[in-house]
Amino acid sequence: MIRLSIPFRQALSKLTLPVLIAGAFGMMLLGKADTFLVERARMALADVLAPVYGVLAEPLSTLRSGVDNLRHTLTIYEDNARLREENDRLRQWQSVAQALDAENMALKANLRWIPDPAPSYLTARVVADAGGIYARAVLLSSGPNNAVTKGQVALDDRGLVGRVTELGVRSARVMLITDISSRVPVVLENSRAHAVLVGNNGARPRLLFWPEGSPPVEGERITTSAEANAFPAGLPVGVVHYTSGKVAEVEPYAQLDRLEIVRLFDYGMRGVLPPEATVAKPSFEGKK
Amino acid sequence: MRARARPSIRSNPNLGRRLDVAARASMPTIITIGLLLLLATPLGLPGQAQWQRATALCCIYFWSLFRPASMPPLSVFCIGVLADLLAYAPLGMSVLIWLIAHGLAMRWRRGLTRLGFVLVWFSFIAVATGAATLEWAMTSLLSFKFLPPRDALLEAGIAMGAYPILAVWLTRAHQTFANPDQA
Repeated sequence: MIRLSIPFRQALSKLTLPVLIAGAFGMMLLGKADTFLVERARMALADVLAPVYGVLAEPLSTLRSGVDNLRHTLTIYEDNARLREENDRLRQWQSVAQALDAENMALKANLRWIPDPAPSYLTARVVADAGGIYARAVLLSSGPNNAVTKGQVALDDRGLVGRVTELGVRSARVMLITDISSRVPVVLENSRAHAVLVGNNGARPRLLFWPEGSPPVEGERITTSAEANAFPAGLPVGVVHYTSGKVAEVEPYAQLDRLEIVRLFDYGMRGVLPPEATVAKPSFEGKK
Repeated sequence: MRARARPSIRSNPNLGRRLDVAARASMPTIITIGLLLLLATPLGLPGQAQWQRATALCCIYFWSLFRPASMPPLSVFCIGVLADLLAYAPLGMSVLIWLIAHGLAMRWRRGLTRLGFVLVWFSFIAVATGAATLEWAMTSLLSFKFLPPRDALLEAGIAMGAYPILAVWLTRAHQTFANPDQA
């Protein structure tokens, strides 16, 4: 060990803090200048941690479902009544849907309609929240040799979740539609008007830029639009809900606060991919 | 605890004892990194990202005040880099904010450590509020966006509330398993 004189050592220890603070500024500059390097470092760390999170996720989800079960047994009577009523309503809708499906098939047969190819998909487990404080994203454990690519569309069993923005070797990061950088081109189902769904880091993203004269109606269904070639048309997103301040928001169908498994669809959409993705960087920007 | 055999000017401790001293001395950094990694796991707590950063700030401030030898600036730097990579925050931001908090604690420690717990807590409230504000402002600036300030408010609130609880546990650690004098 090198022996230094005491005054020199004291001077050195006084210098450490300013030098490290300068180093912090340097890192910030590096992070802005070479986003690719930072992204690689992040995903390398995520690759190391994803299997650990994956192992931890299973007992945690068991615990959570146990607590849920306990809570559900307390409300079993009301739940049963509500479900019976809902079931009756859904049965009516089922017959309507079957009739419409049959009619649709007949019409398509008459029109020589070329059906859309069935998209391929793979399923991945959500292992961790990867948003931090100022972003909304989740980390998927995808396993090595996966076919996950940037720009794939993530859906849960109910609706649109987001898009893959960063890719590691055995993990992938999906930016949610609630993220403040998220812009999703959507269609209002009743009026067929186009609008943009803008995330705000809250639970319900906002609806903006609808054409004058066709405002979104409370309870209206929202689906994706194929504009900007970022999403395929017709994926379910959510329903319109007005706040008390008359702001149109969308209640997403997807259970974004309790994602466990998502399906990643490859629609071959390479429309608006970010050149590089960091936190709070515009990702699927619908610039119009 | 073992009584020393014979007082001498230069004791020559054996390897086991030196390892013990080193482990106890590095316990503050290990605790901070451990909490950071633990709170990055999918526990599903509400506001978990805020908890993660708030507890790290609590630990850094506490150890910088009460045992700065075990929380040197280099440790703060490494903890900051890890937190930024884990939380997808702009790289270098937590490093800067936590180094500033560390510097403030080092400057105030002579006066503060003599005062009671409540005043230390008040000083931490000031630091946590400043840290959350700076973090919000820097993230907004670095991403060229006006971010909603409610996340920063929540973070500052959690940090203020978590400090007394963590401080009780950290004080116990300071006196027992993280104390190099007890090796």
